[in-house]
Amino acid sequence: MLELAGIDAGYSGFQALFGISMSVKAGEAVAVIGANGAGKTTLLRVISGLLPASEGTMTMDGVSLRETPPHKIIATGIAHVPEGRRLFPRLSVENNLKIGAYTPAARAKFVDRLGFVYELFPRLKERRAQLAGTLSGGEQQMCAIGRALMSGPKLVLFDEPSMGLAPVIVAQVFELVRRIRSQGYTVLIVEQNVRQVLKFADRFYLLEAGHIKASGSAEQMLASDDIRKAYMGL
Amino acid sequence: MQCELDIFFLEAVLNGVLLAGLLALLALGLNLIFGVIDVVWICYAELVMIGMYGINYAYKAGAPFLAAALFGILLVALAGVLLHQLVIRPVLDSAPINQLLVTGGVLFVLQAAATVAFGIDFKTLGIRLGSLNVYDMSFSYSRILTFAVASAAMLLLWLFLSRSYVGIAIRAIAQDRQIMPLMGVDHRNIYLITSGIGGGLAGLAAVLMVVQYDIYPQIGLQFGPLIFMICVLGGLGSMIGGFIAAFLISEFIAVGGSCFATEWGYAIAFLFFMIVMFIRPQGLFGGKA
Amino acid sequence: MRRPSKSALAGLAVLIALPFIIRFSLGGSERYYLHLLIQIFIWAFIYTGWSIMGRFGLTSFGHGAFTGIGAYGCVLLWNYLGLTPWVGIPLSVVVAVVVALLVGYPCFHLRITGHYFALLTLALTEFVRLCIVGLRDYTGGSLGTQPRRYGDGLSIYAIQFETDRVVSFYIALALWLTGLAIWIWVDSSMDRYALEAASQDEEAAASVGIDVTREKLKVTAISAAMCAFGGAIYGQYQMYIGPDTIAGLSVSLNIVFAVIAGGLWVMLGPTVGAVFTQVLSEALRVTIQSTAGLQSAFGSSVLALDTLIYGLLLVLFIIYMPKGILGTLLERRQKKSVSSRIAPVSAA
Repeated sequence: MLELAGIDAGYSGFQALFGISMSVKAGEAVAVIGANGAGKTTLLRVISGLLPASEGTMTMDGVSLRETPPHKIIATGIAHVPEGRRLFPRLSVENNLKIGAYTPAARAKFVDRLGFVYELFPRLKERRAQLAGTLSGGEQQMCAIGRALMSGPKLVLFDEPSMGLAPVIVAQVFELVRRIRSQGYTVLIVEQNVRQVLKFADRFYLLEAGHIKASGSAEQMLASDDIRKAYMGL
Repeated sequence: MQCELDIFFLEAVLNGVLLAGLLALLALGLNLIFGVIDVVWICYAELVMIGMYGINYAYKAGAPFLAAALFGILLVALAGVLLHQLVIRPVLDSAPINQLLVTGGVLFVLQAAATVAFGIDFKTLGIRLGSLNVYDMSFSYSRILTFAVASAAMLLLWLFLSRSYVGIAIRAIAQDRQIMPLMGVDHRNIYLITSGIGGGLAGLAAVLMVVQYDIYPQIGLQFGPLIFMICVLGGLGSMIGGFIAAFLISEFIAVGGSCFATEWGYAIAFLFFMIVMFIRPQGLFGGKA
Repeated sequence: MRRPSKSALAGLAVLIALPFIIRFSLGGSERYYLHLLIQIFIWAFIYTGWSIMGRFGLTSFGHGAFTGIGAYGCVLLWNYLGLTPWVGIPLSVVVAVVVALLVGYPCFHLRITGHYFALLTLALTEFVRLCIVGLRDYTGGSLGTQPRRYGDGLSIYAIQFETDRVVSFYIALALWLTGLAIWIWVDSSMDRYALEAASQDEEAAASVGIDVTREKLKVTAISAAMCAFGGAIYGQYQMYIGPDTIAGLSVSLNIVFAVIAGGLWVMLGPTVGAVFTQVLSEALRVTIQSTAGLQSAFGSSVLALDTLIYGLLLVLFIIYMPKGILGTLLERRQKKSVSSRIAPVSAA
């Protein structure tokens, strides 16, 4: 589904990603793990077009993403739940969901999808008229996920969904991600909380200082002593 | 100086309310543009002036008033789009002050262009609507009409901003610019649409002003500073703030003007503005400055 | 303090000799050319005054208020109280400085910057203009007024010199040189470094013990004083003051634009801006007036054509040459010479 080959990217005067090659197949849940500043968020920003890649190729179902303008990438079936949720705080919950369905194709299916999201997260339906900025952390994450689903994506990118949330809420958020997964969405998730991620991810990539250092199945990961020591503190 | 709480005082207060409708409309367009694009059009009042001349021209050429009005609105909406495309876009990444100055340059251009094209004499449409007399108070119908149309326009804009996809995107972009591509929103389109709406609002203001005031090239300097003041007082980008500030300022102008002379009404309003700024620099309803 | 270079001294000598050069080469229109030069020097002084503040990120649209206070204060005191401008000008300058500090202190203290600062100072300009118009019994309202002529119009006591263009020229030249001297003085004093640090990162500057507000107030006071003084001299030279020629928003905008056109960051930038804007508008005016076809097509409104072109150029300047004429030229030269010389051009 998603294929990256030899992707370089960075910010002015500083390269953050070096020759990243990876793939995500339909129906998979893939995790990218790594320390702070390893380039995980940058990777997702490059995929969704927020940051242009300087080198390499990147395709979604055969469509070249590097030749697609940033605002058209959502139409290839990629939705991005950004780091820190990034809801529009002074818009209502329902308007946040509505703007997730901004593309012409999504507008046509707005009513159905809104119903689906409310079914998935009944809490959002209760709070639909409330300003998004006044929701609790967990509810905000629901709203951010719901907003991403409104575009009718095939692949959902999650950027550190557990960040900044209380431990009790973290478990709930991963439950949400798992639920998305079970609805048939393909998931690419970036997380520091390796233990939680490995509970449902099929495969993983290990990112270190902008390079992919290791990859494999979740079992392989758990079997590797080095990785366990470095990232799970076991 | 006759500043007693009599019927004339009430007349002044009510006239202030009527004036506020127009000023609120003008401030709304400027606030919309600032909120979305983060740029202040110093030449906003000059766009209104261009609209007034356009309406005057169409009307004198024989068009019925409503057609001339529509022409004026579309003309200024187009001017707004062109202004964004030709002038604002190249400086979007420059220092804010350059953005301010570049539209100031446009102010000179529009004023001079109007002088070259239409001369410096006062022009008037010659429409007189008469006035409504209640007890000893008198309110001109054109002012009442202005207030009604401005209120209706603001209501329509509010509906657009709260219901439509594009309207919600316009509000969203003012809250978080960077992630808009993730929603499939092309910010350049939104900027153009906003500039068109901002221009259209200036055009509508031109329609309302052309029945009340004479037209001359410098008319923008008469009320331009007033609009900026209202916007800043309400909090740049805050549409509700601009609305309330418009009422406050018009009361100062109307009541101050009826107690003393017109200029003193304005002068008191500016003084009030400066004092408020020192107490609440971010404006009455602004977020953090 | 750097020593004046040979080329600077030579330039100064040429300027001092200029009235005589003009008399011998352009005898017939001597008064006209001197008038143009006097205007350039007076405005260059005012523009330099604005830049002393503007270059530190304090883009004020309020200086039309200070020129207005200077000009009107001086003339009103002379006309109604018979107070000589020798007293009237300093008084007006003090009033302008007090107003500047009254507005500046809360602005700097509350860190009002950018759009808000520009629009707040714009309100000040408008307030002063409205006061001038409102006091029409004394100020002549929007029609303006004239200083009462003293004797034959040439007097040290009344500081009136308009009738003798050569005297006016030297007064204007001295004024301009004073402006440059003040620039150099501000430039070489420590304040500048403190302010530069402050305009880039106010928090950091404050944390190393720079009193940002006080430093800003200092340049504001100097800047307002210069503009008020320049405004007063302008009024004395023109023997006419009006709310549109020496006060108000269009004056504020003209000041800012001329400086941007010339170059804000270099000492002679504002002067280049004054030369550019004055010569441009004169040249355009003369060309347009002498072109019969334009005259007949547009009538008297053709006079606005120069403002039109002027405005267009300003827009283009800000888009394509934000460092101004002199700034851009110096930058080019610096780039060229950077390979041959190691020391950077000090002015840039």
